[in-house]
Amino acid sequence: MGQIFAYITYKGGVADDSALELVAAAKKIDAGASVTAVVAGSGADCDAVCNDVAASYSDVWKIDSDLMAYPNAEVIRKALVNILPGDSIVLVPHDTFGMDLSPGLSIKMDSAFVADVVDFEGIDGDNLKIVRQEYGGAVSTHITCNIASGAVINVRPGAFQPDESKSAGGSVVDKSGDAGDLTVGRKYLEIVEAEVGDVDITKSEVLVSIGRGIEDEDNIEVAQELADAMGADVSCSRPIVDSKWLEKSRQVGTSGQTVKPKVYMAMGISGSFQHLGGIKGNPFMVAVNKNPKAPIFQVADVGVVADILEFMPELTEKISEG
Amino acid sequence: MNMEILVCVKRVPDTAENEIEVNSDGTDIERDDLVYSVNEWDNYAVEEAIQIVDKVGGSVTVVTVGDDESEEVLRREMAMGANNGLLLSDDAFNGSDGKGIATILKAAAEKGNYDLIMTGAQADAGAGQVGGMMAAMMDLPYASLVNKIEVIDDKKLKVGREIEGGNQEMNEIDMPCVLSIQTGINEPRYVGIRGIRKVASVEIPVQGASDLGVDAGAVGAAGADVKLVDYFVPELGEGAEMLEGSTEEIIGKLIEYLKAKGGLK
Repeated sequence: MGQIFAYITYKGGVADDSALELVAAAKKIDAGASVTAVVAGSGADCDAVCNDVAASYSDVWKIDSDLMAYPNAEVIRKALVNILPGDSIVLVPHDTFGMDLSPGLSIKMDSAFVADVVDFEGIDGDNLKIVRQEYGGAVSTHITCNIASGAVINVRPGAFQPDESKSAGGSVVDKSGDAGDLTVGRKYLEIVEAEVGDVDITKSEVLVSIGRGIEDEDNIEVAQELADAMGADVSCSRPIVDSKWLEKSRQVGTSGQTVKPKVYMAMGISGSFQHLGGIKGNPFMVAVNKNPKAPIFQVADVGVVADILEFMPELTEKISEG
Repeated sequence: MNMEILVCVKRVPDTAENEIEVNSDGTDIERDDLVYSVNEWDNYAVEEAIQIVDKVGGSVTVVTVGDDESEEVLRREMAMGANNGLLLSDDAFNGSDGKGIATILKAAAEKGNYDLIMTGAQADAGAGQVGGMMAAMMDLPYASLVNKIEVIDDKKLKVGREIEGGNQEMNEIDMPCVLSIQTGINEPRYVGIRGIRKVASVEIPVQGASDLGVDAGAVGAAGADVKLVDYFVPELGEGAEMLEGSTEEIIGKLIEYLKAKGGLK
């Protein structure tokens, strides 16, 4: 088996939570492996992250270039292909950067690719045994990945408990000189910040959050009435924003807002990991869904199997009666 | 200016219409009585392609890897306004992993002269891999999770990528290129029965491994590094306490919980 690498994503000189999760993920592949962190970027931020993750990784490979001042996956992919050994096992967080980087990286390194891994279950010969989910988390799969000629594996953020031991005492090696030609056909321009809406759901203590189960734009007022009765705000999952029924600023999830309420009412929301990734602080979660097998019931505290369009008005009425 | 656009689409079980369950021996999901449709992300990609061609001219071709039944999704996307359909079908394609599918689609893409190749950002297996793989195989620039496209000129696009926190990362990308399209980029048009009827008798060409010049050993189960073992439903701790009884009882119990947890003001 090739050497294991962990790609470290960071922002403003601070490593993402996934940096420590990938230590745990690598140990699950091979408990005795020494894992090398790869930190790409530019200047002081890159150095700070290298020094930080050296506590958790026995080796840290630094790739510094002005062209990586913003993490353009096209540029970083080229550098990684030149620097990493061909049979490497490369672990990458399955976030919007990893989704951009990794499929192409696996082709350029002539290795296998697996996306959005939630667990590893050991190695059998050349085959790494992996757990994934399909259909938005409705079912799970065991798969095997032949790692004989290397693999790029995207690991779901939050799937592994971070390894906080910080006992690696690793050293930083500067690999920038091996990055090679970094000319690419895609140029980063700027970040357009999300628009701020009329209600800031990141500050809400109680959220009535609606998903596909709301069925129609006209039914949103049913949720609003419940929220009004509870003293809560209305938030939603992605399909509601895609349908333009609510503003993007009301969307909870990795591609929307991160919320930290005390109570979260998931109304007609199936519970994809992208949605759950936007809920922090371990709120008391109530799930109401027609489908008794909806994944949301696995993470909620209290569940009700019901049609939200019938259930919400009755709940509103009872609350209003006091 | 004319843009030739190829959109890769997939026929998938419609998760809004079906409860996805594991079959009795765990080899697959339960496929009896499933309602299939075009992958939602792909439908946004086709709409975007049609809108671009409406503005700058050109044509839209939709392609899929699948069996005879996959023809229906091509026809549906042609009813939306795609000009051409292409079905890639061969027993040798069965059991392909993501790389195998990308290999087949790349072969078809290279037979055309496309300025822009689009895929959905992900499909039923949630991998989001085919577009990025095709781009790397063809040495083309790639951008994933695209939620905005602006044509600058015949050589360049300005594209927005949806990144964490609802922010948008703007890029300039050279054509030809490959983009994976995120939902919400547009509002896909409705396709009525009349639209479907209009394209019902259009001939859709079918190509196999030999037509495409694809080595049958490099695709299908034979060429796959990644193989499915089984489907299962995980035991995830205790899960929710399910409230049961009459609606009145359930609501009474729920209100007690909400009061205790600070959910009522």
